[in-house]
Amino acid sequence: MSGGEGNIVQFDNVGLRYGIDREVLSDISLTLYPGSFYFLTGASGAGKTSLLKLLYLAQRPSRGIIRMFGTDVITVPRGRLPAFRRRIGVVFQDFRLVAHLSAFDNVALPLRVSGVPESEIRKPVADMLAWVGLDQRAEARPATLSGGEQQRVAIARAVIARPEILVADEPTGNVDPDMALKLLRLFEALNRLGTTVVVATHDVHLLKKVPDSLIMRLDRGRLSDPTGALRYPPRREVAAQ
Amino acid sequence: MPHARLAGPMPWVIAIMIALTVMAAGAGLALRNVAANAEAEIAGGVTVQIVEGAPAERARQAEVTVALLNNREDVTDVRRVPQSELDALLEPWLGQKDFAEEDVIPVPALIDVRLAGPVTAHRLEELRAALSDPVPSARVDAQARWLRPVFDAVASLQWLAGGLILLLAATTVAAVWLAARSALGSNRETIEIVHLLGGTDQQISRVFQRSIAFDAALGALAGLGLGLLAMLLLGRQFAALGSGMVAGGAFDLGDWALLLAIPVLGVALAVVTARLTVLSALRRIL
Repeated sequence: MSGGEGNIVQFDNVGLRYGIDREVLSDISLTLYPGSFYFLTGASGAGKTSLLKLLYLAQRPSRGIIRMFGTDVITVPRGRLPAFRRRIGVVFQDFRLVAHLSAFDNVALPLRVSGVPESEIRKPVADMLAWVGLDQRAEARPATLSGGEQQRVAIARAVIARPEILVADEPTGNVDPDMALKLLRLFEALNRLGTTVVVATHDVHLLKKVPDSLIMRLDRGRLSDPTGALRYPPRREVAAQ
Repeated sequence: MPHARLAGPMPWVIAIMIALTVMAAGAGLALRNVAANAEAEIAGGVTVQIVEGAPAERARQAEVTVALLNNREDVTDVRRVPQSELDALLEPWLGQKDFAEEDVIPVPALIDVRLAGPVTAHRLEELRAALSDPVPSARVDAQARWLRPVFDAVASLQWLAGGLILLLAATTVAAVWLAARSALGSNRETIEIVHLLGGTDQQISRVFQRSIAFDAALGALAGLGLGLLAMLLLGRQFAALGSGMVAGGAFDLGDWALLLAIPVLGVALAVVTARLTVLSALRRIL
């Protein structure tokens, strides 16, 4: 697994509260390095999805600082957020495919949003759909796809633009073990190419499948970091590409 | 990008707004032209009435007046209104009579005068002074004075037409605003996904703009057709009156250009409204 100097994401005493309720995340401090692989675990309601929402900039924290790609994304003007989001690939727990677009168009969406010419979209999208085993279903609408197929489309969409950070919320929840392993290998391949991967999962078997991965455990909104390795992770050797 | 269509009644609403705007603008322009032509026609017009009871004296003074006016340099045309014309004018109210012979109702002799240049108070006084001794029964009036209330009424109608146009524009804005908000609501999920994938507000807004531009263009064309058809039918009705004054309301090239610009401006207004509505709503989404 390759790593790099400097951090790609840094949380400093971040807290998140919805409305006037108690905080769902408290005192979250962590540092994610480029090219690292993280599993985010915790019981239901621990705050995994909320943490991921902060990571893919769907939510602003109630307190604390979040730096991504060297920039404080809390104070950055709203108009600049899309540029950060394009560098982050997201696999949503509920897929969140666009209902009236085909599988092909859903996967192509990040490329189109980024302004990639149509002539340069067809092949990479077709290849990606073939890789996730959906090349025969390219024109199908999400409503006609099974849960597992929708999940594969969601994953294909998240990785098509080769994001610098990949955030996945229960990405293998709806697929069989063979496909789950295949998808994990895809994440590892991206990770080897330098993508920082954060996977939220309940599946403890997955945790053992990726060597050198780091585990982030959330317990009632707090990150378990007894050794401080998450807040101050050891510097990694930059692997030759 | 997903296409958000503002389908349903939007094209029809815009068609109705454009049709009404074209009719209001057309009416305003026609009234303006009627008033302008009429004013131009009577701009230098003066009427001399010989208010004399005795027919013979009345006729003598009229002759003297015509002779005096013909000799003036500032007078371009003098025309004594023939008795037969006066009789015909009064016939609808007083029946068929020869008012020259019967002294029951002494009808003044009328002389139409055209001055070179506009009629001013000073020139009127000059004319009155010139006629006061030789023609003591002469009454000199500017023709525009009698039609002033008509012109004022026409001006009021023009203001009304302008007010209607503004009201229609405001209604169009409100209709587009409502439709855009509705479309935003029904496409909220898609918008959120596009935002999270890195889509900008401008990209999303452009989708709505394209959609409303398409719908508005369809509606505007239909509205223009409806409006022009209504004006054509009304125009024929008024033309059948055979009134020279009404004929003065015809449109020139500039008027047609203005009418044809209405649907274009309507589409532009709809697109701008949709853009502002969408951008304003998107700002509330992270």
